[in-house]
Amino acid sequence: MNITIDVQDTESKVEVQVKGEIDAYTAPKLRETLFPLSEQENVTMVVNLTDVSYMDSTGLGVFVGLFKSVRAHNGQFRLEGLSERLRRLFDITGLADIIEIKSGTEGGLE
Amino acid sequence: MNQPYDYIEKKIPAKPDFIGVIRLTLSGIASRMGFSYDEIEDLKIATSEACTNAVQHAYREGEKGEVKISFGLFNDRLEVMVSDSGKSCDFDQVRQGLGPYENGQNVEFLREGGLGLYLIETLMDEVKIHQHEGVTVFMTKFLEGEQVEMDAKTLST
Repeated sequence: MNITIDVQDTESKVEVQVKGEIDAYTAPKLRETLFPLSEQENVTMVVNLTDVSYMDSTGLGVFVGLFKSVRAHNGQFRLEGLSERLRRLFDITGLADIIEIKSGTEGGLE
Repeated sequence: MNQPYDYIEKKIPAKPDFIGVIRLTLSGIASRMGFSYDEIEDLKIATSEACTNAVQHAYREGEKGEVKISFGLFNDRLEVMVSDSGKSCDFDQVRQGLGPYENGQNVEFLREGGLGLYLIETLMDEVKIHQHEGVTVFMTKFLEGEQVEMDAKTLST
Protein backbone atom coordinates (compact mmCIF):
# COMPACT_ATOMS: atom_id res chain seq x y z
CA MET A 1 0.00 0.00 0.00
CA ASN A 2 2.70 2.43 -0.83
CA ILE A 3 4.22 4.11 -3.80
CA THR A 4 7.67 4.25 -5.37
CA ILE A 5 8.55 6.98 -7.81
CA ASP A 6 11.71 6.65 -9.89
CA VAL A 7 12.71 9.71 -11.88
CA GLN A 8 15.27 9.89 -14.67
CA ASP A 9 15.78 13.52 -15.47
CA THR A 10 17.92 14.00 -18.56
CA GLU A 11 18.27 17.13 -20.61
CA SER A 12 15.70 16.17 -23.16
CA LYS A 13 13.27 14.11 -21.18
CA VAL A 14 11.85 13.38 -17.75
CA GLU A 15 11.08 9.68 -17.47
CA VAL A 16 9.12 8.51 -14.49
CA GLN A 17 8.33 5.00 -13.27
CA VAL A 18 5.54 4.74 -10.74
CA LYS A 19 5.03 1.57 -8.73
CA GLY A 20 2.30 0.76 -6.24
CA GLU A 21 -1.07 2.29 -5.47
CA ILE A 22 -2.16 5.84 -6.23
CA ASP A 23 -4.87 6.98 -3.84
CA ALA A 24 -5.60 9.87 -1.48
CA TYR A 25 -2.70 8.75 0.72
CA THR A 26 0.01 8.47 -1.93
CA ALA A 27 -1.18 11.10 -4.46
CA PRO A 28 0.35 14.05 -2.54
CA LYS A 29 3.80 12.41 -2.73
CA LEU A 30 3.39 11.89 -6.46
CA ARG A 31 2.32 15.49 -6.96
CA GLU A 32 5.15 16.90 -4.83
CA THR A 33 7.78 14.81 -6.61
CA LEU A 34 6.67 15.46 -10.16
CA PHE A 35 5.27 18.96 -10.09
CA PRO A 36 8.61 20.83 -9.93
CA LEU A 37 9.84 18.75 -12.90
CA SER A 38 6.79 19.68 -14.94
CA GLU A 39 7.66 23.33 -14.68
CA GLN A 40 10.76 23.20 -16.87
CA GLU A 41 10.38 24.99 -20.18
CA ASN A 42 9.78 22.64 -23.17
CA VAL A 43 9.92 19.58 -20.94
CA THR A 44 8.94 16.16 -22.24
CA MET A 45 7.52 14.14 -19.40
CA VAL A 46 6.73 10.44 -19.81
CA VAL A 47 5.16 8.62 -16.89
CA ASN A 48 5.14 4.82 -16.97
CA LEU A 49 2.30 3.21 -15.03
CA THR A 50 2.99 -0.46 -15.79
CA ASP A 51 3.48 -1.30 -12.12
CA VAL A 52 0.58 0.72 -10.77
CA SER A 53 -1.80 -1.80 -9.23
CA TYR A 54 -4.48 0.65 -8.17
CA MET A 55 -5.52 4.16 -9.05
CA ASP A 56 -8.59 6.33 -8.48
CA SER A 57 -9.70 9.91 -9.07
CA THR A 58 -6.98 11.31 -6.84
CA GLY A 59 -4.42 9.94 -9.31
CA LEU A 60 -6.38 11.31 -12.25
CA GLY A 61 -6.33 14.70 -10.54
CA VAL A 62 -2.54 14.59 -10.21
CA PHE A 63 -2.06 13.70 -13.87
CA VAL A 64 -4.47 16.39 -15.05
CA GLY A 65 -2.51 18.89 -12.97
CA LEU A 66 0.83 17.71 -14.37
CA PHE A 67 -0.53 17.74 -17.91
CA LYS A 68 -1.70 21.31 -17.48
CA SER A 69 1.60 22.43 -16.00
CA VAL A 70 3.67 20.75 -18.73
CA ARG A 71 1.49 22.30 -21.43
CA ALA A 72 1.72 25.71 -19.80
CA HIS A 73 5.50 25.36 -20.17
CA ASN A 74 5.24 24.35 -23.84
CA GLY A 75 6.16 20.77 -23.10
CA GLN A 76 4.80 17.34 -23.87
CA PHE A 77 3.16 14.93 -21.48
CA ARG A 78 2.49 11.24 -21.99
CA LEU A 79 1.33 8.31 -19.88
CA GLU A 80 2.54 4.82 -20.80
CA GLY A 81 2.05 1.20 -19.85
CA LEU A 82 -1.55 1.49 -18.74
CA SER A 83 -3.27 -1.75 -17.79
CA GLU A 84 -6.79 -2.34 -19.08
CA ARG A 85 -8.13 -1.23 -15.72
CA LEU A 86 -6.28 2.07 -15.76
CA ARG A 87 -7.13 2.59 -19.40
CA ARG A 88 -10.81 2.19 -18.54
CA LEU A 89 -10.53 4.88 -15.87
CA PHE A 90 -9.23 7.32 -18.47
CA ASP A 91 -11.89 6.23 -20.96
CA ILE A 92 -14.92 6.67 -18.71
CA THR A 93 -13.75 10.04 -17.45
CA GLY A 94 -13.09 11.32 -20.96
CA LEU A 95 -9.42 11.96 -20.18
CA ALA A 96 -8.28 9.48 -22.83
CA ASP A 97 -9.27 12.05 -25.45
CA ILE A 98 -7.33 14.83 -23.77
CA ILE A 99 -4.10 13.35 -22.42
CA GLU A 100 -1.83 11.22 -24.60
CA ILE A 101 -1.87 7.70 -23.22
CA LYS A 102 -0.45 4.37 -24.33
CA SER A 103 -1.70 1.05 -23.05
CA GLY A 104 0.61 -1.66 -21.77
CA THR A 105 1.00 -3.32 -25.13
CA GLU A 106 1.60 -0.17 -27.11
CA GLY A 107 4.81 1.75 -27.41
CA GLY A 108 6.90 -0.92 -25.73
CA LEU A 109 9.43 -1.04 -28.54
CA GLU A 110 10.52 2.50 -28.91
CA MET B 1 -36.40 -7.15 0.66
CA ASN B 2 -35.95 -8.43 4.21
CA GLN B 3 -33.79 -11.36 3.32
CA PRO B 4 -31.07 -12.42 5.77
CA TYR B 5 -27.62 -11.02 5.28
CA ASP B 6 -24.21 -10.83 6.89
CA TYR B 7 -23.05 -7.50 8.16
CA ILE B 8 -19.46 -6.27 8.54
CA GLU B 9 -18.47 -2.88 9.85
CA LYS B 10 -15.17 -1.02 10.06
CA LYS B 11 -14.20 2.34 11.42
CA ILE B 12 -11.10 4.24 10.44
CA PRO B 13 -9.74 7.61 11.54
CA ALA B 14 -10.61 10.29 9.00
CA LYS B 15 -7.13 10.09 7.46
CA PRO B 16 -6.15 9.05 3.95
CA ASP B 17 -3.61 6.61 5.45
CA PHE B 18 -6.23 3.94 6.07
CA ILE B 19 -8.28 3.96 2.87
CA GLY B 20 -6.02 1.20 1.53
CA VAL B 21 -6.92 -0.94 4.52
CA ILE B 22 -10.59 -0.63 3.59
CA ARG B 23 -9.76 -1.72 0.03
CA LEU B 24 -8.12 -4.87 1.39
CA THR B 25 -11.15 -5.68 3.53
CA LEU B 26 -13.47 -5.01 0.62
CA SER B 27 -11.43 -7.23 -1.72
CA GLY B 28 -11.68 -10.06 0.75
CA ILE B 29 -15.43 -9.68 1.16
CA ALA B 30 -16.17 -9.25 -2.55
CA SER B 31 -14.05 -12.20 -3.65
CA ARG B 32 -15.66 -14.38 -0.98
CA MET B 33 -19.05 -13.40 -2.44
CA GLY B 34 -17.94 -14.40 -5.93
CA PHE B 35 -17.56 -11.06 -7.66
CA SER B 36 -15.35 -11.04 -10.74
CA TYR B 37 -11.96 -9.37 -10.88
CA ASP B 38 -13.32 -6.36 -12.75
CA GLU B 39 -16.28 -5.99 -10.41
CA ILE B 40 -13.96 -6.09 -7.40
CA GLU B 41 -11.79 -3.39 -8.95
CA ASP B 42 -14.91 -1.27 -9.58
CA LEU B 43 -15.99 -1.75 -5.97
CA LYS B 44 -12.52 -0.80 -4.74
CA ILE B 45 -12.52 2.45 -6.68
CA ALA B 46 -16.09 3.42 -5.73
CA THR B 47 -15.54 2.67 -2.04
CA SER B 48 -12.20 4.48 -1.98
CA GLU B 49 -13.78 7.51 -3.63
CA ALA B 50 -16.47 7.63 -0.95
CA CYS B 51 -13.82 7.29 1.78
CA THR B 52 -11.68 9.98 0.16
CA ASN B 53 -14.65 12.36 0.11
CA ALA B 54 -15.38 11.65 3.76
CA VAL B 55 -11.75 12.06 4.81
CA GLN B 56 -11.20 15.25 2.85
CA HIS B 57 -14.43 16.69 4.16
CA ALA B 58 -13.34 16.03 7.72
CA TYR B 59 -9.94 17.52 6.97
CA ARG B 60 -11.40 20.68 5.52
CA GLU B 61 -13.38 21.25 8.67
CA GLY B 62 -10.27 20.58 10.76
CA GLU B 63 -12.06 17.83 12.65
CA LYS B 64 -10.65 14.59 13.94
CA GLY B 65 -13.51 12.41 12.89
CA GLU B 66 -14.03 8.81 12.02
CA VAL B 67 -15.27 7.27 8.84
CA LYS B 68 -17.55 4.27 9.15
CA ILE B 69 -17.70 1.72 6.38
CA SER B 70 -20.42 -0.92 6.53
CA PHE B 71 -20.84 -3.89 4.26
CA GLY B 72 -24.15 -5.71 3.84
CA LEU B 73 -23.58 -9.09 2.20
CA PHE B 74 -26.76 -10.30 0.51
CA ASN B 75 -27.20 -13.35 -1.72
CA ASP B 76 -27.51 -11.25 -4.81
CA ARG B 77 -25.65 -8.07 -3.95
CA LEU B 78 -23.15 -6.20 -1.82
CA GLU B 79 -24.22 -2.98 -0.17
CA VAL B 80 -21.50 -0.59 0.95
CA MET B 81 -22.25 2.36 3.18
CA VAL B 82 -19.66 5.03 3.88
CA SER B 83 -20.52 7.69 6.43
CA ASP B 84 -18.58 10.48 8.03
CA SER B 85 -19.48 12.01 11.34
CA GLY B 86 -18.56 15.50 10.27
CA LYS B 87 -20.90 18.42 9.99
CA SER B 88 -22.89 18.26 6.82
CA CYS B 89 -21.34 20.06 3.94
CA ASP B 90 -23.19 21.53 1.04
CA PHE B 91 -23.36 18.46 -1.08
CA ASP B 92 -25.15 20.21 -3.90
CA GLN B 93 -22.12 22.38 -4.21
CA VAL B 94 -19.86 19.33 -4.27
CA ARG B 95 -21.97 17.81 -7.00
CA GLN B 96 -21.63 20.80 -9.23
CA GLY B 97 -19.15 20.52 -12.02
CA LEU B 98 -19.13 16.76 -11.90
CA GLY B 99 -18.95 14.41 -14.80
CA PRO B 100 -16.52 13.38 -17.48
CA TYR B 101 -14.21 15.68 -19.32
CA GLU B 102 -15.19 16.80 -22.77
CA ASN B 103 -12.87 16.66 -25.71
CA GLY B 104 -11.86 20.10 -26.87
CA GLN B 105 -11.96 21.67 -23.44
CA ASN B 106 -9.34 24.32 -23.01
CA VAL B 107 -6.36 22.69 -21.25
CA GLU B 108 -5.95 25.67 -18.99
CA PHE B 109 -9.40 25.19 -17.52
CA LEU B 110 -9.34 21.42 -16.97
CA ARG B 111 -10.38 20.84 -13.39
CA GLU B 112 -8.25 18.64 -11.16
CA GLY B 113 -10.92 17.18 -8.93
CA GLY B 114 -14.61 16.41 -8.74
CA LEU B 115 -14.43 13.06 -10.48
CA GLY B 116 -14.98 10.99 -7.36
CA LEU B 117 -18.76 11.06 -7.29
CA TYR B 118 -18.95 10.62 -11.03
CA LEU B 119 -16.87 7.44 -10.74
CA ILE B 120 -19.03 6.14 -7.88
CA GLU B 121 -22.15 6.64 -9.95
CA THR B 122 -20.57 5.07 -13.02
CA LEU B 123 -19.06 2.01 -11.34
CA MET B 124 -21.87 1.02 -8.98
CA ASP B 125 -25.35 -0.23 -9.84
CA GLU B 126 -27.24 1.93 -7.34
CA VAL B 127 -26.08 4.98 -5.42
CA LYS B 128 -27.91 7.01 -2.79
CA ILE B 129 -26.53 9.91 -0.83
CA HIS B 130 -27.99 11.00 2.47
CA GLN B 131 -27.07 14.18 4.18
CA HIS B 132 -27.86 14.39 7.86
CA GLU B 133 -25.21 15.28 10.43
CA GLY B 134 -22.56 14.22 7.97
CA VAL B 135 -22.75 12.58 4.62
CA THR B 136 -23.60 8.95 3.96
CA VAL B 137 -22.95 7.34 0.61
CA PHE B 138 -24.97 4.21 0.11
CA MET B 139 -24.07 2.06 -2.87
CA THR B 140 -24.98 -1.33 -4.24
CA LYS B 141 -23.37 -3.74 -6.64
CA PHE B 142 -25.26 -6.79 -7.82
CA LEU B 143 -23.67 -10.14 -8.44
CA GLU B 144 -23.96 -10.57 -12.17
CA GLY B 145 -24.77 -14.28 -12.09
CA GLU B 146 -27.61 -13.65 -9.65
CA GLN B 147 -29.13 -11.01 -11.87
CA VAL B 148 -29.06 -13.35 -14.84
CA GLU B 149 -30.69 -16.07 -12.75
CA MET B 150 -33.39 -13.68 -11.66
CA ASP B 151 -34.03 -12.72 -15.26
CA ALA B 152 -34.20 -16.37 -16.22
CA LYS B 153 -36.79 -17.02 -13.52
CA THR B 154 -38.87 -14.11 -14.69
CA LEU B 155 -38.73 -15.40 -18.22
CA SER B 156 -39.77 -18.95 -17.33
CA THR B 157 -42.87 -17.91 -15.39
